[in-house]
Parts: sequence; C-alpha cells; structure tokens
Amino acid sequence: MNESISKTKMVPLPSHAIIPERDASQRPILEVYRLGINFGGLVAVEDFNIAVGRTEICGLIGPNGAGKTTIFNLLTKVYQPTSGAILLDGKDTSNMNTAQINRAGIARTFQNIRLFPSLSVEDNVKIGLHNEIGYSMATGILRLPAFYKAERRAKERVMELLDLFDMTHLASHRAGSLPYGAQRRLEFVRALATNPKLLLLDEPAAGMNPSETEELMSNIEKIRDQFQIAIMLIEHDMRLVMGICEGIAVLNYGQIIAKGTPKEIQTNPLVIEAYLGKKKGDQVC
Amino acid sequence: MRRLRMRSSIDNCLTYGLVIVAYVVIRLLLAGGNISYALQGQLVPITVYIVMAVSLNLTVGVLGELSLGHAGFMSIGAFSGAITATLLELLADTTSTTWIRLGFSMPWLRLSLAMLIGGIFAGIFGFLVGVPVLRLHGDYLAIVTLAFGEIIKNVMSILYVGYDANGIRVSMDSANALKLDEGGTIIVNGPMGVIGITKLSSFTAGFILILITLIIVLNLINSRAGRAIKAVRDDKIATESVGISVWRYRMMAFVISATLAGAAGALYALNYSSVVARKFDFNTSILVLVFVVLGGMGNIRGSIIAATVLTVLPEVLRAFNEYRMLTYAVILIVVMLVRNNATLQHVFRQVGARLSKSLPIRRKGGEV
Repeated sequence: MNESISKTKMVPLPSHAIIPERDASQRPILEVYRLGINFGGLVAVEDFNIAVGRTEICGLIGPNGAGKTTIFNLLTKVYQPTSGAILLDGKDTSNMNTAQINRAGIARTFQNIRLFPSLSVEDNVKIGLHNEIGYSMATGILRLPAFYKAERRAKERVMELLDLFDMTHLASHRAGSLPYGAQRRLEFVRALATNPKLLLLDEPAAGMNPSETEELMSNIEKIRDQFQIAIMLIEHDMRLVMGICEGIAVLNYGQIIAKGTPKEIQTNPLVIEAYLGKKKGDQVC
Repeated sequence: MRRLRMRSSIDNCLTYGLVIVAYVVIRLLLAGGNISYALQGQLVPITVYIVMAVSLNLTVGVLGELSLGHAGFMSIGAFSGAITATLLELLADTTSTTWIRLGFSMPWLRLSLAMLIGGIFAGIFGFLVGVPVLRLHGDYLAIVTLAFGEIIKNVMSILYVGYDANGIRVSMDSANALKLDEGGTIIVNGPMGVIGITKLSSFTAGFILILITLIIVLNLINSRAGRAIKAVRDDKIATESVGISVWRYRMMAFVISATLAGAAGALYALNYSSVVARKFDFNTSILVLVFVVLGGMGNIRGSIIAATVLTVLPEVLRAFNEYRMLTYAVILIVVMLVRNNATLQHVFRQVGARLSKSLPIRRKGGEV
C-alpha cells in the first residue's frame, strides 16, 4: 500500500458515508446500516449509518450523552443492537459476541481505562496477543517445547509493540501502578496486540495536557501508517479531532446530525447549534 | 522484566523445595520414631487439605470467584474413588484373567486409578455445576456454590451402590432395593457411606499428589491459559474486548479446581475404612477457604503452609484441653489482624528488604 498516507479528498459513497479517496476503490472496513438501540423506552441511538475506509482516521464527536460510547459498545457487541446491521470487512457480525468481534478485527480502548491492574505491563500485552500465541492448555501445563517457543515469540512481539510507545522500560511494572498517561498508552498497545483491522479509541486524549495530546496525535497517525488499519475515535479535544481525522460524524441525541471533512463540520450550522445552542429567534436550516 | 520472570521461577522453586524438604524431613522423623502416633494419623489428611487449599486457591485467588462448595467436589471424588478402589479389588479377587488379578492386586495401582477416576468424576460434576453457577458473579455465585455443596452432600447420603455377579447396582431408595444376589457386596450404604474400604492411602501418595497438583496449578498460572484466567479476575469486559472468551476460562479454572479436589477426596476416603457424606459439609468447605484466605489469595505457597499449620494446630493444642478450640480461634483472629495491619506489614517488608539485600540475585533495581 502507499508508503506515507497523505490526507486526501473525501469522496461521497452510496452508503451516505464519506471516506478518503485512497480507500474509495476498496470495500470499506466497516459499514453500518440503520443501527439503533433502545433501553426500555429510551432511544439511545437511532438510524446510525456510517462507512469507514480501510486506512481512514475518522472521528465521532457530539455533546455529552449524545450516544458516542453507546455506538462503540454496539460495534463491539457489549450491547446488542435492537435494529440495523454492522458489516465488518463485508461480513455480517450480527451473530458474534464481544470476543468474536475482536477476533474478527475490531479492537477498542475504554473511556475509563480498563487494564488488568494486578498484572505486569508485559502480561497485559501478552493477553492482547492471546489468540495469536495459541498453544493449548495442556502444552502450557506440560511445558512442551511449543510452550517455550511461543512464549519467546510472544515476548519479542510484546517488546516490539511496547517500543512503539517507548514503554519497554516499564515492561516489568504492575499495570495498575503506572501513571495515567502510560496506562492510556498501554491500553492502546494492548488493543493493537490483538492485530485489529479497525481500532476504536474512546477519548484517547482525556486527561492529557497539550504536549501529551500532541504526542498522541503523531502516535495515532504513526500507528495508522505502520499497521495500515482504520482508526475511529471519540474525542472532545477539537484540536485533536480537527487535526488528524479525515472524516467526522457528529452525533446528537443518538442521531447523526452532520458528516463531512473537518472543514465542513466546523462551519455546519447544525453542529454549532448542537454544541452552542440556538440563538433566540434564529432559524437554522 | 528478566527480574520478574526470575522472581516467579524462584518463587516456584521455593514452593517445590519447601514441599520436598518437608517430605524428606518427615520421612526421616518417621524413621527415627520421633512423630507422635496422633500426628502420624494426620499426615494423609494434611496432604489432602494442602491439595484442597491449592485447588480452591485456583478458583478463589486466581479466578477471583468465591466458591463455598469445594467440599462437594471432594465428596464426589471420595465416593467415586472409594467405589472404584473397592470394585477393582473385588474384580481382582473374582476374575480368572491373570493380568487383571495381578495388576489390580497392586495397591498403588488401585490407589492411582481411584484418584484418577475420583478426579474425573469431580471434574465432570464441576462442569455440570459450573454451567448454571458461572452465569453468576460474586456473592450470588458464592451462595449457589454453597447450595450445590449441600445438594451433593444430601444426594450422597441416600446413595446405595452394590456389586454382585450381575454387575453394579445403584439405588436411591434403600439397601434392599439393590436386590443383590447371594454373596453380593454393598459398597455404598446410604447414610453410612462407603463401607469396607481397604486402606490404600499413604503419606508418599499424598506427597506425589501434592507435586502433581503444584505442577498443574503453577504451570497453568504461568502460561497462556493462566494469564487469561487472571485477566478475567481483573476485568471481564476488557478480557472480552481482547478476544478472550470469559466463559471458557472461568469454566477451565472451575473444572480444574474441582478435578484436583476430587483426587484429594479419593485420597482422603482411602485413608479410612469407611467414609460418610456428612464429612464433606459446609464446615469443610469453610475450613479449606480459611486455609486459602489465611495463606493469601493467589499465594500457592501460603495455602500449603496455612493448610499444614491449621491441620496440625488442633492436634498440638490438645494440651490445652477444653481451651483447644478457643485457642485455635484466637490464633486465627490474631493472624488475620496481623496480615491486615499496615504498620506490621511495613515492618515485615523492611525485614524482607533487608533479607533480600543479602541475597545476591535480587540486588539490582528498586521495587516496582
């Protein structure tokens, strides 16, 4: 594939989505049609449609309570959608559970970090590699040669992945004892270890200072270029969203109110209304 | 990182070393006649309780789910193991095939088979109980395992098994309902439990079972499956999100735990001439849980030490006569308090740090 991915023109697709030109010739990695869920009588998400290109970085933004994290939970089957279809790489995911979704190619991070706090950083990443390591329980108990071989390979892979975020020196530390920023990065590494095609990042920059955010932005782009994966992120930090996202979807009250490039979103009156409210007597649309 | 790996293998070596050294020392003391008769009778139960504690630690400490029905699996192992051993003995007596007669007249073979069958049966029941139980978490799971423990005990109390020329007969009604021929043998007689057991267990057999248990549990913990089990303990949602089936690994830990308890139960039953279901009640489950909690959750060596000390203690405390159980309780409370006292723990850590400084292998680098 292209060595360095530059931001390209966005092209509209029949599935009323926009994805970068370079991905337009291929089937989108994620296609979502009329996705919806209601909790009891409350409609949390309704008629959600999106397509994400194979190497696209796309953003999902919206005011608090708009249903952004709910969308992630629907995509990873933490919640079962009440309507709609999710196609991952063209395959229907309606019969999959969370673990199967991950094996099919979606990895995610969480808004409130979910690591395995009592385990070492190395073990956290190895758990991400679980399905790749793949020797049986008996091999592990009997310590067959395959065990040592697989563990050695896993260790090398862990170090490679940690090296991407300059975390190799932390490998033997307990995950729970890491500072906040490092925990976020570790969660990122763990998600990458599962070898995803699509990575969902839930507020990756939450609690970070401007210089850390800057570093995160370059890391996200670096990961996309190196692994050739799609990244979808929820974020409130507009500098990050406008800086790295190629396509943005804006959500309000569980519905998409706008889709487009960062430039289009910034000037969209509906988005401004959702974030800032309506001026009295002002008519939008 | 090398350090952590090394520490875990040093830790394991220490555990194995402790068990082996203890075995050798006790063997020597036995040879010298330095162990009281009462304590000699406790040797096999100690090994049984060590295996019970280590296996329960897999569920409680490593998987992080409180199980209050561990004695139930011990009971299944005890009954199926004792029945197996008795049947094999009867078979050896009645058969005309030479190799069967010779083979099954060897007590160690009957004992190993009994423990194997006991473990397998307990494992199967672990799976069957696990299907409904593992839909629950936390307190609810604890209560349901408690109930299953009681159910198993009560079912075992009305179980009648007999053997005659026509084969094995089972009834839940009465001994007469077995309708045994002349010369048939009743193996399990309802509330009286398994009767007429030939004592097969020995301290060495218990020692070997402990070693097998340690190999299984320690190697499991430090492998791919063990990491997944620990991940489930720490965060179920995160575990699912990295493509690991939570159900599968919870079940794996639960079944292995039950299997080992079953093998221990068989060893326990074959140490006596009869064994009743009442023995494996709620109190036994709690006793084993006390070993695990006192030894430290997830701490295998701690479980071994706690099981040994707390099994020997009541015997040693016989000198206190009527204050025996009072002293036992006070010791339990004191240990709990000391283990949870921050100041004392700090003192222990200081002493530990001082000690580890003198060990060359752990010199480099600070604590995490």
